[in-house]
Amino acid sequence: MDLHPRFGGNFREYFPSLKVLFALASLLAFTSPGWAIEPLPVREIAPGVFVHEGRYEIFTPRNSGDTSNAGFIIGRDGVAVIDTGGSPRVGAALLAAIRERTKLPVRYVINTHMHPDHIFGNAAFAGENPQFVGHAKLPRALAAREDRYLTINRELLGEAFDGTRILPPIELVKDRLELDLGDRKLLVEAHPTAHTDNDVTVFDEKTGTLFLGDLLFARHVPALDGSIRGWLALLDDLATRTNIKRAVPGHGPEQMPWPAAIAAEKRYLAKIAQEVRAKIKEGRTLAEAAETVGLSEKDAWLLFKEYHARNVSAAFAELEWE
Amino acid sequence: MKATPIKRTGFSLALAALLALGASIAMGVGTSTPVFADDDPWKDIHRDVFDNREVIENDGVVELEAPYRAEDAAVVPLTMRLPASAGEVKRLTLVIDKNPAPVAASFVFGEAAGKGDRMLSTRVRVDTYSNIRAIAETADGKLHMATKFVKASGGCSAAASKDADEALANLGKMQIRTFTDAQAKDRSPAQREAQVMIRHPNFTGMQMDQVTRQYTPMKIVQEMDVKRDGERIFKMEGGISISENPNFRFTFAPGTEDAIEVTATDSDGKVFTASSAGKAS
Repeated sequence: MDLHPRFGGNFREYFPSLKVLFALASLLAFTSPGWAIEPLPVREIAPGVFVHEGRYEIFTPRNSGDTSNAGFIIGRDGVAVIDTGGSPRVGAALLAAIRERTKLPVRYVINTHMHPDHIFGNAAFAGENPQFVGHAKLPRALAAREDRYLTINRELLGEAFDGTRILPPIELVKDRLELDLGDRKLLVEAHPTAHTDNDVTVFDEKTGTLFLGDLLFARHVPALDGSIRGWLALLDDLATRTNIKRAVPGHGPEQMPWPAAIAAEKRYLAKIAQEVRAKIKEGRTLAEAAETVGLSEKDAWLLFKEYHARNVSAAFAELEWE
Repeated sequence: MKATPIKRTGFSLALAALLALGASIAMGVGTSTPVFADDDPWKDIHRDVFDNREVIENDGVVELEAPYRAEDAAVVPLTMRLPASAGEVKRLTLVIDKNPAPVAASFVFGEAAGKGDRMLSTRVRVDTYSNIRAIAETADGKLHMATKFVKASGGCSAAASKDADEALANLGKMQIRTFTDAQAKDRSPAQREAQVMIRHPNFTGMQMDQVTRQYTPMKIVQEMDVKRDGERIFKMEGGISISENPNFRFTFAPGTEDAIEVTATDSDGKVFTASSAGKAS
């Protein structure tokens, strides 16, 4: 197909110099963010189901907070967003990716849990007036951590942090909630304390796709901020479900086969629980356990150094009450 | 070696005589005047808490173990040691220079603390990169100090709980454990070792309540008296820097039964008591 004549000619006729082009681009960046934002790369893993694979990194100014998976599902009547990335900048890029594919309204923004890398992009969706959906315990968890989250991550993210606001969910899920996108229904399910005390999963019945948020880590070492016993029990429960065709992790590939997806994570958590219990029985301390438990898992995961010892500490503080 | 006997104990909860408590609250270290940012907060702490008395550093009377980088700023494990050569130590004060209330806890030792190699471990919140100090006062009235620098941030404003409902549901539940020699951290024959844990959120007063948008009022374990066969091992006065679910592991001089009794009082005036059955291991 021919290009539109206006763009088919010599580019230089319209933009005599690169300097002018850059000046124009930067002007647009300030006046019309929608123009300057590069859409977030996403993959359609099932009809109408799109996922962005975040980087396996902690927050830095360079990655702008693009360190977790985010996704969206397009239905007949609207779009549901599942997690918004770690900054308004990433959230805006996710919205741009949606707008490349549909003009339908963003009906729902679902946050799988409280962590900044999944929720700081919410501000970018405020203008779409979606219903923000989350676990019934999410507002409390966010309120308790808000000051700290904002202070620490402002330092970590630099400019990408600009415009960050904590937007807690209005539509609260205590047990289950069905969201209707016209031709497909999404089941949002609240779980007992596992990765955090405010985890929800989102199930797209039409394609059998389960978004697990950070209940599922792959490649990226799991991070424990809830209950190791609760997490292991929940994985066992989810593994018995037969209607799941594929899983989307909070950190990991865009999609994973079910239930094979949980094997590595379960092995990791079970090993920590087992070794920590042994240390407690032997009379060892939290500090000793943090240095020695689970080291055989070191090469199986990315970001092991950043999260592992902390996971062991958290597991120890929980299991010593058994 | 026999399996570990973990001595679970029942807990009782009673409202304390408020008058009796008033005095200890007024003196409570948790209410120390906040020290505002200064290049070296120790100068002010030295003046306010120790009357500028001479402090001897690193003379081996007290040792402090702390991680250089805290994995979790809300749960930083610290171990203080008093070797037998230190002689009698009356009081041990734990200071976190840059925390909003720098005196984390102070421990007054009793007869049952013993005179061998002594050890006391606890877990604290650390709000920012800070020096942490253990200051021992020996029987001759001299002060001895060991200092460690710890990199941590956000420990005091960090949300209290990974599971907020459970934290309050089990308020005051205690667990006492005495260790066998093989399990002990210190294998000094002159001393035995035990651990006391209490379920308590230890709210710092710096955590936001979602409904009221106010800070959740401070609610901490303010005093804990730990005895062996009726003799005091130590009495702890604690502030907001002690982690949620306060945890103390310590040595004590062996007695006849080695039964550990604990009485803890929180800032709401609630009194929690527990005791272990005694020598079973």
